[in-house]
This record gives sequence, C-alpha cells and structure tokens, in this order.
Amino acid sequence: MIGEWLDIGWADEIPVRGSRTVRVEGGDDIAVFRTGEGKVFALLDRCPHKHGRLSQGIVHGGAVACPLHNWRISLSTGEALGEDKGCTPVVPVKVSGGRVLICRASTLKAAA
Amino acid sequence: MKHEPIPRPAGDTRDHLIVIGNGMAGCRAVEELLARDPARYRVTIFGAEPLVNYNRIMLSPVLAGEKTFDEIVINGRDWYDGNGITLVSGDPIIAIDRDARTVTARSGIVMGYDRLLIATGSDPFIIPVPGKDLPGVISFRDMKDVEHMLAAANRGGSAVVIGGGLLGLEAAHGLSLRGMKVTVLHIMPTLMERQLDEAAGWLLKTALEARGQTILTGADTAAIVGEHHVEAVHLKDGTVIPADLVVMAVGIRPSVALAREAGLDVGRGIRVDDHMVTSDPAVLAVGECVEHDGQVYGLVAPLWDMCRALADGLTDAPSGYRPAATSTKLKVAGLDVFSAGDFSGGDGAEDIVLRDASRGIYKRLVVKDDRIVGAVLYGDTADGGWYFDLLRRGDSVAAIRDALIFGQAFASGGGVADPKAAVAALSDTAEICGCNGVTKGQIVSCIAKGAHSLDTVRATCKASASCGSCTGLVETLLALTLGDEVEAGPKTMCKCTSFGHDDVRREIVAQGMRSIPEVMQRLHWSTPDGCSSCRPALNYYLLCALPGEYVDDQQSRFVNERLHANIQKDGTYSVVPRMWGGLTSPKELRAIADVVEKFDAPMVKVTGGQRLDIFGIRKEDLPAVWADLNAAGMVSGHAYGKSLRTVKTCVGSEWCRFGTQDSTGLGVRIERATWGSWMPHKFKIAVSGCPRNCAEATIKDFGIVCVDSGYELHVGGNGGIKVRVTDLLCKVATEAEAMEMCAAFIQLYREEARYLERTAPWIERVGLAYVQSRLLPDVQARADLAARFVYSQSFSQDDPWAARVAGAEREHHAPMARFQPVGEMA
Repeated sequence: MIGEWLDIGWADEIPVRGSRTVRVEGGDDIAVFRTGEGKVFALLDRCPHKHGRLSQGIVHGGAVACPLHNWRISLSTGEALGEDKGCTPVVPVKVSGGRVLICRASTLKAAA
Repeated sequence: MKHEPIPRPAGDTRDHLIVIGNGMAGCRAVEELLARDPARYRVTIFGAEPLVNYNRIMLSPVLAGEKTFDEIVINGRDWYDGNGITLVSGDPIIAIDRDARTVTARSGIVMGYDRLLIATGSDPFIIPVPGKDLPGVISFRDMKDVEHMLAAANRGGSAVVIGGGLLGLEAAHGLSLRGMKVTVLHIMPTLMERQLDEAAGWLLKTALEARGQTILTGADTAAIVGEHHVEAVHLKDGTVIPADLVVMAVGIRPSVALAREAGLDVGRGIRVDDHMVTSDPAVLAVGECVEHDGQVYGLVAPLWDMCRALADGLTDAPSGYRPAATSTKLKVAGLDVFSAGDFSGGDGAEDIVLRDASRGIYKRLVVKDDRIVGAVLYGDTADGGWYFDLLRRGDSVAAIRDALIFGQAFASGGGVADPKAAVAALSDTAEICGCNGVTKGQIVSCIAKGAHSLDTVRATCKASASCGSCTGLVETLLALTLGDEVEAGPKTMCKCTSFGHDDVRREIVAQGMRSIPEVMQRLHWSTPDGCSSCRPALNYYLLCALPGEYVDDQQSRFVNERLHANIQKDGTYSVVPRMWGGLTSPKELRAIADVVEKFDAPMVKVTGGQRLDIFGIRKEDLPAVWADLNAAGMVSGHAYGKSLRTVKTCVGSEWCRFGTQDSTGLGVRIERATWGSWMPHKFKIAVSGCPRNCAEATIKDFGIVCVDSGYELHVGGNGGIKVRVTDLLCKVATEAEAMEMCAAFIQLYREEARYLERTAPWIERVGLAYVQSRLLPDVQARADLAARFVYSQSFSQDDPWAARVAGAEREHHAPMARFQPVGEMA
C-alpha cells in the first residue's frame, strides 16, 4: 500500500550543518538539510532568485545561504530572509526512529 | 472475544493485574493504582532482574561510589508484602497468550490475567560491529552492568565508552573516578547533541578533558578486537585505542519483542492510546516501551504522567495522557547543564545569548513572538526552572526581554531595568572590563581624552579588547559620555560578533584557540553557529594558525572548496586539472579529451591562467572524472578556491630569442612549491622571461619579471573589476632568492590579510613600505616566514581529488535517494 510518506534514509546520513539531495525523475531535486542542532528540513533544491542549488549552500542556524549569490533562505518556510524577496517550496519532512520521511504529495508535485 | 474465566485463589474475586516489568514505570503505575483504589486489583509483578524496584537513574551515583544499592531502592520487600503484591523476580516473562489471557515465565510458570500491563522499558542499543559480543563489552542499563564495571575498575587499566550522550558520560565519569583511564568515543561532532547545542557541547567536552578524560568526537567505531577478552577498539580512521573494558552507551530502544510476538500493534514502541491501552483492550503498556501519538519517551517526567493516566483509566476515571513540554536538568560529571523546549531556532526565532568565557558559562534563550520557546544553559542552571516555567505557561517576555538572560533575580528586581540608567548609576571604581581590569572611571577619562570610538577605546585603555563580553557596556559609556558624537568603529566581521577580523585573528593566536565553537564561545558570538560570512573566515584563520593540527570543517567552506570544482549557474560544475606552469603533454591532453567525450561535457575552454576548463560536469560524476584525470597523472587545479590558483609562464630563455632566464622552469618549480595552500583569497602568480612581460606578471598577486641581471619581484596586482598594477617589492639575483621571497610574501599575506581580502587591497591598506619592512631588512624574519610556509605546505599538498576518488566524503556527491513517480502523474 502507498503511504503518505516516502522513506529516504537515515537522518545521520546527512552531514550536520549540511545537506543531501533526493533525485526526483522529471523534476527538481529535493534538498534535505540537517542543522547544527540535528533538526531536519526539506526544500525544493532551487533558490527563488536564480535557481541556485540550495543543497550546496552553507547551513547556519535555521537558514541556508545559496551558493550562487548568498541569498539566505529559511529552512522552515522557504522564504528569503533579510532584504531579499522570494520563496522556495517547502517539502514536509519528519524523522521517525532515525529515518527521514518526506511528504509523498509534495515530492510528486516536484516532478510535475 | 469471550474467554474462559481464570481460576482465582479461593475467596478472592478481584480482577488479576499482571505487570511485566519490575522497573520504574511498572511499579510507579502500581503505586498510582493503589493510591486510587487499593482493593480493586490483585497484583502480580514479574521482574527479569533478581532485585526489588530500584531507581535506575541513580545507577550513575552507585558507579561513582556516591551511593549504595540500598540507597537507590524505591520500594523494598515490605512494600510488596504490605500491599499484597506478589513479586516474581529473576524470572522474565517469555510469552503472552492473548486468547487464553495467560503469560508464561522462563521458569515455566503459566499465570492467567484479567488485565496485563507491559512495562518492559527499553534495551540498550548495541552497535553491530565485529567483537561486540566479546567478554568485557557491556552496556550500562542495570545493576548487573554496574557490578561488571566495578569489577573491571578494581583490576584497573583502560576503559573505552562508546557514546557521548548522558549515559555514556555518566559511565565515563564513574569509571574515571574509580581510577580507570577513560576514552569516550562519540560519533557526532559535539557531546550530548540532543540536549545541548554545539557551544554548550564544546564547553562540556573541554571541562571533561580538563578532568583527564580523552574525548574523541566524530569517532566512528569500526571493530572491537581481542582474543578471549576485549583488548582494543579500532576506529574507522585507523586509530587504535587499548581497552580492558568497553561500555556501549549509544542509546536505547523500546523493548517490544514480547509485545510484537503476542501480535500487538507495535511501531517504534508498543502503540497505546491516551489511556495507555494497546491494540488489545485487556493489555496496557506504560513507560519507555510505549509509543504514544508517534512519540517514544526516555525521560522520567512523561513516564510519571503516563502512570497517572493509566491508573485513572484502570479505576474508571479516565483522564488521558497529554504529552507536556519536557526539560532536562542534569549534572553530568558534576557539571550543570539544562535544556528545555525547542532550541533549534528556525523561522521568526531569535536567540539571546550570554557567554561568560572566564566563568565557563553559556546561556541561550530562543524567543519567538515574545515567548520563550527553548533554552540551553551550561555552567549556571539556577534559572532553568524559571525559564522552563515561562516557556510552559507561554508568558510574554516583552517587558523583561532586555534583562531576561541575566536571570530571574535581575529581570524581576526593581521593575524593568533600564540598562543605560544602570550603567550611568555605576560608580567610577566599578570594574567594567574584567579581563584587563579597567574601571568605569578609566574608560570615561579615556573617552574624554579623545577616544571617540569603540576601537580607539580598545586601543588606548584595552577595555573590551580581550574577550569582548563588556563591549555593550563600553558602547553604553561612549553613548552616555558623547551623545551623538560616537564614531562608528571598524567594520565587525559580521553580525555575529562585535569584533573585527584583526581582533578575532589576534585572539585566536594569543589564546591558542583550536576550534570554531571555541572561538565563538571565547569571543562571545551572538549566534549559536555563526553565519556564511564568519564560518569560512574562522575556518581559514584556524587552518592558518594550526597547520597539521586543525581539522578542516567542510561545512564551513563554500561549495566550490567542498566539491573541488566550480559551481556554474545551472548547478553543474567545471573541472580544471593542474598543468604545472601551463605546460601539458599528449598524455594529459588525451586524458582530458577522453573525459570530455565520456561525460559528454558541452564545452572545453582555455582559461586566462593557461589551463583547460571542462564545463557541464554533474556533481555525481565528479569522482569518476577525477579518477580518469588522476590516472593520467593530473591533480586538482584549485581553480575554485581561496588558494593558489595558477602560475602562468612564458616560454623564456629555452625557446624565446628575447628570454633572459628559464621562466617556464621557474614557474613550474614555484607552482610545485605553492600548490594546495589555502589563502585569504585567490592568489595568482606569473613568471615572465623578459621585460616584454608576455605572462602579464605585473597584474598578479606575485609576479616575477626576469631580467639579464636577475629577477624583479612584483606584488599586489590583479585584473578584475578594478585593475591594479603591481608594486615592485625588490630585485634579487638568484632563482633561490626569488623562491624564498615568494614563500615569505605568501606566508605574510596568509597570516595578516583578512579573509576575502586580496593582496591588492591588503597592500593598499597596510602600505608597500610595511610589507617591505617585514620581508627585506631582516634576513632571519624572512627565512622564518618562508619556513612557516614550507611547514604548512607539508600538510596541504594532498590531491583532494585522489582522496575523493578513493571514496572519502562520498555523501558530497551521491543523492540520498531517487524517486521515479509511476502512473500517478495524471
């Protein structure tokens, strides 16, 4: 049976203050982040500015700095912080028993 | 489902409640039940351990020799006897028959129940490494484990504790007190990462190390070895640690095997409703073995709440369990730590951070919408309860926000404190700067004598020039004394600190700091883990200060330096193999051509630095591309880094009719000597064979122009937005002198320029005369600089590509998972 959540792996496979990606065929990758305090977030791997790969940015506090032009994007809302304006879609994510689960519907939307 | 009535003792018509588990949750549940209706149930408790009900949390003090077993008993024999409870200890239940409503113990006893309560707690998690079953490898869960540890400690020797969480650190502390040489291995970068943020974790590590324990973080256990008994632990990085005892304390898992075999609904734990009833209405469960609303618990407070809800349900007054916010207040090895709520920050959350480096205190409050949502305290946890209370009640802290971090006594004393008025009210003899012993009077007089900025105050009377924690007070004094005439100080490094780059650098060296969290703690960073401006800078400053010792923090590097390639706007990468001095060969060109075809690279370009740049490589293909280039003898060109980029050459005296010296050979030798070095910014070199300067050496960071009588050395040039022609540093007669001067100049730049400052603005800031004064008159000083560069280079000339090809940091390249939506796209 198809569940609401997709299991993508162990949380500790994501480097602390780092990111891994989930490849979605036919769509944008999903970037899955782990903060300094071990919280896991997921965003579409695309900066609202010039579509930089957020998964390649520096994670600090609850934000990631885009590698292309250093926009800071909130990990929890996908909104650009500071003076910049824009928003990256958030992918609901939860950690259960150390496994990272991402929302199936949002993942499919990424492919659409 | 109907079932046969269960035979009862004559005359006893009460329902029979069997409790599996004689631990904290099981017995507490019975206590709660007795308090409500002592006559309602006939109770039998089965325990696996041959002991009465004791306080498992207090095993650490027993290990440490602070308490005896008798002192940690919660309910002794008389409690069981006095309440008519049958205790079957040392005899675990091995099966439940839910149809027959019976349980079977290991000894063969079969007993019928009306209601069954499962309180099996949790099992220690044993990491699946070779040697995990060797004698001498134990967990830390029950009295038997403590007895093992005490026996081992009596024999002396070395102990390795795997796991730097609370339990592991308690075990390490106890063993250390009992005279063993203790090493703690923790797989995460900081200790107790679930309860403490990085800064507090670092403080804890430092304190434990000061007590003689060895703490290895990021330590991944590969195997436990020994012939008949444990002898050593091997780490994945090759480290071998001798061990006479290994304590595995990496975590716990709900003990659910019995429930699962009985066919109950089990997730991570035994699933229960709000009344602690499992999927079978006759069976309840409580404690660490349950899963409620997707959550499992390991703290004692929620367990007590569960026991209350369970007893309410069993006595027909159902209340229901509601998880409440929890806080952790602990003493780890005599050190106070406290955490509560959500301290991961996130959107709209603001941090209030107080760091007192000299007293080893760290306090952090996370505030959202004027309410405390999380707190981490280290060293001084006196206000933990007050903060937790504010958090739980959701009280607005807007009115007391400015004073909140100083604690309840300060925040609520005398109404709302006005920090400015408080400073104004201080006497002239009040000490403002503890590090340098500077009083308010001295600072005010220093301001009156013309120090009108923070920087000049720091320079003249040293107030706030060391740890910086009194910066706010000094700024207030400036404002009080001068009003609007305060001059803005030098630019701070970023918003996370009140210090500038030079201050931070100077203190890193002066205080011998060794890690990014240490710098952030000692210099009172206002954010928990910095930002994308300060982290790469700190990483560089530490790397430069501690060659061969500092472990590079990959997560504090820009993507190009992490992936050793240049990110392009479409998310692909470009790859530049090193071509020494711009020279190449048929073999190298063939290998590059093969890579271009094999990976379908859409473009190859000759760069300005005399290299070939291969474009359009996908992140996951990078290791394979490097493997092919490595096979042809090529290494990373560092075309991506704040590092030596290229040494550009002309053909020189070997071929050119104008050439005066072997500029190509010199360029190759310089590149061989300088490649791989990390710098404040990118660094380019060129060597021209004659003053016609075909290699354009006079717009490079370091340029050599060969002349008949020797070598002109030029510094501080760059192309780019604002072209700057080099300044002539000096002229030397021999190639060896040119090489030494190059090394010394690079090291001076590495040690003194600010991060992201190229040589051109650096020289304009400090002046050419200063650079010359450091390099020319004092031969020994120059030789020392060059020697420091050579030493640093002995650690930095590893090809990063080769390491990645060999499999290092594979996670940088491979996606975590892939999904191919099937038939759901309509």
